[in-house]
Amino acid sequence: MRRLFPSPLLSLALVALWLLLNNSFGLGQWLMALLLGWLVPWLTHSLRPTPVRFSHPWVALRLFFQVGRDVLVWNWRVLKGTVAPADKVPQGGFVVVPLDLRDPNGLAVLAAIMCVIPGTIWSELALDRSALLVHMFDMDDAQAEIDLIKHRYERPLMEIFE
Amino acid sequence: MSGNLAWWIEIPVALLLVLSGLFALAAGVGVVRFKTFFQRMHPPALAYSFAAWCVTLASIVYFSAQDDKLALRSWLIIIFLSLTVPVTTILLARTELFRRRTAGGGSGRSGDEIPPALNQELI
Repeated sequence: MRRLFPSPLLSLALVALWLLLNNSFGLGQWLMALLLGWLVPWLTHSLRPTPVRFSHPWVALRLFFQVGRDVLVWNWRVLKGTVAPADKVPQGGFVVVPLDLRDPNGLAVLAAIMCVIPGTIWSELALDRSALLVHMFDMDDAQAEIDLIKHRYERPLMEIFE
Repeated sequence: MSGNLAWWIEIPVALLLVLSGLFALAAGVGVVRFKTFFQRMHPPALAYSFAAWCVTLASIVYFSAQDDKLALRSWLIIIFLSLTVPVTTILLARTELFRRRTAGGGSGRSGDEIPPALNQELI
């Protein structure tokens, strides 16, 4: 079973994705979904060098909703900054965030979160994964933002992936 | 719109679409207004986060009402968008950092300084 389905979660996600994309649950679609769910993880196995160890689904769910809320908050802040009068336009800048998270899958999720949230751009990761360079839209309280990134995103990701 | 839907469906759908348009417009305004590359990278995020969410939500509400069943399928757009956007964003940021560190340049404005590399050996 383990050899047939090297990453069962990915297989499950692919089956669900295929069925939803086609919006039909006929026998043919089920067969195609199962074929994809088996073949794709098997073929791309060598592209994913570290296996995903996923635990604490509730922490993951909370993180998901936290990110959703932060996307809304940051959308509002970036919108305000964009249409602000010329003398109040926020000054952006780079901050270095020290990292404790080492798992490559966790870091990938962190990168996705930082990119989807407006106002932060993941710019550079140190080779030893000890630090991260982030461009912030608004540098008003940079230290607070660093603490927020570490507390809100990095800690749950460490719980989930490590 | 086809005109056979109740007003309490059509009005929220219309509002969501207008809201999405406003955020997308703000994204465009931001790209024109800001002067430095990295500051310019932030406003387009409005278009692919909240603006995209609004259009998707509008389509879910509209087609759910039209077909009398929950049409959550459009949410896949958001999932794919969230998976693919980081690739281009990081690629752009990395390219600009690399270009500026090797070739110099930039506008010379305040706030347009590029920090030293975290990986000195790679530039």
